[in-house]
Amino acid sequence: MTPAGRRVDLAIETRGLSKRFGHQLAVDGVNLAVPSGSVFGFLGPNGSGKTTTIRMMLGLAAATEGTVSVLGLAMPDRFHEVLPRVGALVEGPAFYPFLSGAANLRRLDAADPYAAASTRSARVEAALERVGLSHAAGKKVRAYSLGMKQRLGIANALLSPRELLVLDEPTNGLDPQGTREVRSLVRSLAADGATVFVSSHLLAEVEQICTHAAIMSAGRLVAQGTLAQLRDAGKARIRLVTHDAGLAEGVFASLGMSPAGGRSNGALVYGDGGQDGEVVEPEAVVAALVAAGVRVRGFAVEQGSLEDRFVALTGEGFDIAQ
Amino acid sequence: MPSNNIARASGWPLLASELSVLFRRRRTWAMLLALAAVPVLMAVAVRVSSAVPPGRGPAFLDRFTQNGLFVGVTALLVCVPLFLPLTVGVVAGDTIAGEAGLGTLRYLLVAPAGRVRLLLVKYAGAAAFCIVAPLVVALAGAGIGASLFPVGPVTLLSGDVISPQEAVLRLVLVAAYLTVSLLGLSAVGLFLSTLTDVPVGAMAATIVASVVSQVMGELPQLDWLHPWLFSYYWFGFADLLRQPIAWDSFAGNALLQGGYIAVFGALAYGRFVTKDVLS
Repeated sequence: MTPAGRRVDLAIETRGLSKRFGHQLAVDGVNLAVPSGSVFGFLGPNGSGKTTTIRMMLGLAAATEGTVSVLGLAMPDRFHEVLPRVGALVEGPAFYPFLSGAANLRRLDAADPYAAASTRSARVEAALERVGLSHAAGKKVRAYSLGMKQRLGIANALLSPRELLVLDEPTNGLDPQGTREVRSLVRSLAADGATVFVSSHLLAEVEQICTHAAIMSAGRLVAQGTLAQLRDAGKARIRLVTHDAGLAEGVFASLGMSPAGGRSNGALVYGDGGQDGEVVEPEAVVAALVAAGVRVRGFAVEQGSLEDRFVALTGEGFDIAQ
Repeated sequence: MPSNNIARASGWPLLASELSVLFRRRRTWAMLLALAAVPVLMAVAVRVSSAVPPGRGPAFLDRFTQNGLFVGVTALLVCVPLFLPLTVGVVAGDTIAGEAGLGTLRYLLVAPAGRVRLLLVKYAGAAAFCIVAPLVVALAGAGIGASLFPVGPVTLLSGDVISPQEAVLRLVLVAAYLTVSLLGLSAVGLFLSTLTDVPVGAMAATIVASVVSQVMGELPQLDWLHPWLFSYYWFGFADLLRQPIAWDSFAGNALLQGGYIAVFGALAYGRFVTKDVLS
């Protein structure tokens, strides 16, 4: 029985993973658990330590402290067993500009000691086909657009059948068409049974394709779990549009509800938690408002989004965490 | 996917890929053409000028008109101090730093090439260039010499006369001597290349190392140091132009270069296997 045949519960597991660059702690005690078969979104603002974590997973950088195991095996000690089963796109694509797209893939495939030379050309062709680059296979990469390089980088990750794909910002530089294609590609890879680990700062993308997610902020892992768990942790809110704001505020107060985010666009926004932290049912709120004579012009319940959760955990604005 | 019925492959496919990338690269061709241009320029210059006064210019320059095969040896002699180390410095300095600069280093390692295997393959690629570069100069020299001047039996430094065929063999032998001479410098370049992500820096540092070694070799105050410099035997190939061939400097050279390969190979290994690849 080869290690490849053994199914493990966690495709990636890190324990107390830390990386220090000089005085700066880039990754700080990260305990990541990526279930096998999941599509796992790895979220975080720029500079939050996502790529450094990925580099340590793939054995490119050594951990200052902590351990990483990938597909059940310790990294980087057992890289020669792990990495042939892992396809990766790390911090953007990188290729030899003076070689054609197909020649670049053949070169990187030759570096994999397990990749059979006899099937190389066929596999390169199939990978190019899968990302829609067949027409540009013979073109020098120098002449590729950013989006084409990104596609070629994804093709490189797909050269052999993989059990785990680590895709760092896979839709970077892609047009909307390409973004859709990547989404459907990720779904089809997951349907084939692979675990897909996608790092991204595009929340909408993660919400659309992922089953699980983790959020990094300033080198720390601040949340992880299924998407539903992450969303639920951000409570629903009630948005009311009315001319009787003062009256309505009194009703909300009597129900024990507190404002969330104040007025926005002339609407009142309240959390849905009442007295004792119990959720107040929306119909009860509307009934109470109408009974009090509040003229309700608009009433909406907004579910907590991943974005709310993300912003709550990582802060707003353009400040890059240091 | 690895399984027991697929034997773990060696580094040969990667080496083949490395050689094909190196020798299909336009830069490599430009350097080899520039090297080939040295004997061509010398031969043409001698051909169009009336006569070369004996004793001026590089050794044997005045003998071109009598025997074209001398062009090869003279061109090698001219290329030893600068042109050959320059091109070898570019190739050896580019080995790891070039991949790091392009960002392809991380993809090679994730493939996974294996750090030790990649280092060995990269050194083998640089060594292949050390074989090809002197050979190009020697053969371009013999070729242009044969086409511009008469070819005949060659008088060796010992006074013996050998046939033109045998002379070409001796020329190849001199090229092989220079290949060995450049292996130590290549190891220095490989090590320097693991220190940086900027290939031009590693190339320049390697070339500077070759210049420094030669300058120190000229200083009588550093007599004790001379036998330890990798350039110590660079001009020692005259022994191959005697009858019988004296192999002393060839053996000494091989031993010295082997020492440099061992030391700088170990340094490169120590540096590269622990390096964080962040490019």
